[in-house]
Amino acid sequence: MTTDTHAHGTEPEEVDIYDPRLSRFEVVREGARRDGVEIVHYEDPFPVKGTKAERRVVRSVSAFFLLTGIAATVFMVVYIWWPWEYELGANNSKLYTPLLGLSLGVALLGIGFGILTWGKKLMPKEIAIQDRHDGPSERAQRKLTGETMAYIVDELGIKRRKTLGLAALLGLAPVGLVAAAPLIGGLIKSPTKDRILFRTGWDPAANGGRLVRLTREDGTPIRPEDVSVGGQMTVFPGIPEGATNEHADSPTLLIHLRAADGEKALGSAKPVNEGAQWENFVAYSKICTHAGCPASLYEQQTNRLLCPCHQSQFLITDNARPIFGPATRSLPQLPITVDEEGFFVATSDYKVAVGPAFWERP
Amino acid sequence: MKRRKVDVSAVPAKVAGGLDDRFQAATPLRNILNKVFPDHWSFLLGEIALFSFIVLLLTGTFLTFFYDPSLSTTTYDGSYAPLRGVHMSQAYASSLNLSFDVRGGLIMRQMHHWAALTFMSAIVVHMFRIFFTGAFRKPRETNWIIGSLLFWIGFLAGFTGYSLPDDALSGTGLRIASAIMLSIPVIGSWVTTSIFDGEFPGHVIMGRFYIAHVLLIPGALLALITVHLGLVFKQKHTQWPGPGRTEHNVIGERFVPRYTIKQGGFFMIVFGVIALMGGLFQINPIWLFGPYEAYAVSAASQPDWYVMFLDGSTRLFPAWEIRFDLWGWGDGYTIPPIFWPTVVLPGILTMLPLAYPFIEARLTKDYKAHNLLQRPRDVPARTSLGAMAIAFWIVLTLSGGNDVIADKFHISLNAMTWAGRILLLVAPPLAYYVTYRICLGLQQHDREVLAHGVETGIIRRLPDGRFIEVHQPLAPVDEHGHGSLEYAGWVVPKKMNRLGALGPAIRGFFFPIEKPAEAPVSPGHPPVTAHPEREEITK
Repeated sequence: MTTDTHAHGTEPEEVDIYDPRLSRFEVVREGARRDGVEIVHYEDPFPVKGTKAERRVVRSVSAFFLLTGIAATVFMVVYIWWPWEYELGANNSKLYTPLLGLSLGVALLGIGFGILTWGKKLMPKEIAIQDRHDGPSERAQRKLTGETMAYIVDELGIKRRKTLGLAALLGLAPVGLVAAAPLIGGLIKSPTKDRILFRTGWDPAANGGRLVRLTREDGTPIRPEDVSVGGQMTVFPGIPEGATNEHADSPTLLIHLRAADGEKALGSAKPVNEGAQWENFVAYSKICTHAGCPASLYEQQTNRLLCPCHQSQFLITDNARPIFGPATRSLPQLPITVDEEGFFVATSDYKVAVGPAFWERP
Repeated sequence: MKRRKVDVSAVPAKVAGGLDDRFQAATPLRNILNKVFPDHWSFLLGEIALFSFIVLLLTGTFLTFFYDPSLSTTTYDGSYAPLRGVHMSQAYASSLNLSFDVRGGLIMRQMHHWAALTFMSAIVVHMFRIFFTGAFRKPRETNWIIGSLLFWIGFLAGFTGYSLPDDALSGTGLRIASAIMLSIPVIGSWVTTSIFDGEFPGHVIMGRFYIAHVLLIPGALLALITVHLGLVFKQKHTQWPGPGRTEHNVIGERFVPRYTIKQGGFFMIVFGVIALMGGLFQINPIWLFGPYEAYAVSAASQPDWYVMFLDGSTRLFPAWEIRFDLWGWGDGYTIPPIFWPTVVLPGILTMLPLAYPFIEARLTKDYKAHNLLQRPRDVPARTSLGAMAIAFWIVLTLSGGNDVIADKFHISLNAMTWAGRILLLVAPPLAYYVTYRICLGLQQHDREVLAHGVETGIIRRLPDGRFIEVHQPLAPVDEHGHGSLEYAGWVVPKKMNRLGALGPAIRGFFFPIEKPAEAPVSPGHPPVTAHPEREEITK
């Protein structure tokens, strides 16, 4: 066998494809040759028909297809009759999806392996060579096409009639803007309106001027004695829908510090946080200043708050200052006190923007 | 009326004739049938991506019949008892219904997710193949660019897709995405409020992600995949060097039937494996995560694998924030630290690969067209650059799960972060150096075998007591015993059974019995020639 295109001695002369003596394969080979494809090697794996080896391969291909039939039937049976509705606990409904996957997978693999075995074991092997004809087009072709395109420009006369080009540009550019305008105009929303990036659900202004209570998820207010020493609680603004994603920037962590830590926190308070602490209770925004995840893993012994998303750590006893990880800003502190009924309220909104930083944030 | 008898055997010819009368299809059709495709297992990696994409379209269409991209709240009342009575978005509730109250819905959802993971994996591995073999060189730079874009569009498809269920995990991811958008200088807050229609999360984001995920992104993928395949078809596939293979021909099998049979069979296998995974391996069990609440998160929140490297870069980047005043204009401005690892880094990672074919051509001053592939060892600089990129990516991806590693192996979390930061700088150059040395070593061994022959494993003792190993030369040798073969850019046989001088090491699939050498040996060339000196030794 040779695999060199040009090693066939003389170029094969044109075969008369209407010659009745030609076999079908010879016609096919001639057709390929006219497409620039030379079939240089063609070998039937079973030159003697009906041998034991051939029958063995035929049997295994048939077996694959029959396996597919069985698996597909199993799929249908399972799909229709197996209990599929979810029930709590260990029961047969839990097997519904695995059985579907198993039967469907086996059915598809059966087809796949059947086809592949057929193609690789039963079909004759061949090696064909095709010329690539790559590289640039002929020089003459390039010239003709290039001139044709250049002539289009000439025909339009745009080079000569400069004003026309300018006018077309000035006229068409606004049309492009018109196409973009509805999309941009419809989508655009100002972040400066109502200062939404700087306000949260704790703003008394949105609560009719009344101070907002700290509440649990179910809306019940919180007394100091509800949080044990060293304990913490996620609190929400006591306004309608205060605990929902409507106020995704408002979740706050109320922490009851141990007496010594409380003093430390009070002593180290930055100017912006002065007066925010009530006795040994501090409330910090739960929204991480790095990427906005809830910084919710509170380590009682070290007074550190860890954000599980990117591992920023904040020191609660020092203004919730970031001490490790990618965060750069302290968690904002919510100024709190206890109202005349003995419930926690926020004395004002957060003094600085909550959550991840952005361009306009001072 | 008398019915004419229809000659069934003449129908195909008649139909074909009728079609050709109208469309003149005979010549172009035969051209396609006879088109030659070269064959190698590594050429099928891209196919896996293509087939996964088809599975994605099929399963995804099914999912759209049941999913509702609404963020209005509802109280769950479906089959999954642990969440009954919980307030959640319509999007999450419909995803739960899809999993529990639609017959066969869960396997469709899981197959969709597995197909997406397979799609991205296949793209990445396919790109490795293209890169390391130099298949991106002229004339195929366009297809390399399209392929790189397909990765990033697939990335967006994956992100928008796994955000749709609105569970606690994906909602956290969405919130991080909003923080990333916020971090863009000057326009960040405008972009974010425009996309979310106000503050995060707003009410419209699922609807917008949904139309992006089911129409815009798949449309772009479909268009680019079509052009990608069209270019492969037009430019013809690259091939490995080998006997008779040149830059100007393609050696392989004709498109129909052999190549199509392999493709069809392979599609069914990919489809079957995805079905098995979709049924047997749980993926993204959203019912365990619960609905998204802005205040709830758990540790070990990892995104899908192809997003993890960005999570890792975000974790590793130091707390470097830029704050400044614009001459008293405004209250001061900020470039948050998250901007660099999540906007700038992906930007570089997009642009650099796009430009790589042109950079390499310029550096090597090689502007010729290439249709023969290169073995990675033969281009050590490129291979080492690739290894460097992979090392960089692995450090980032592992760092994306550094909390899990810290937890499982009882390592300090802070130590993991610092290890990641240091390794990110140290591992890539190390990978470059090691890969370069390995490439040179492999090259040298190829040349050695060509010069001295294959190791036979036969040790001989010379009269003076020295031991030498007998080598089987691959071709006639010169007076110094050195082979005259040139390296041809392809595998050099290094074992005797590769030469046909020994039987295969393992015969058959079920019978691992090594057969002694009754292997085909060309007459006149016994596998190991007994050297004439042999007689002298035994004398």
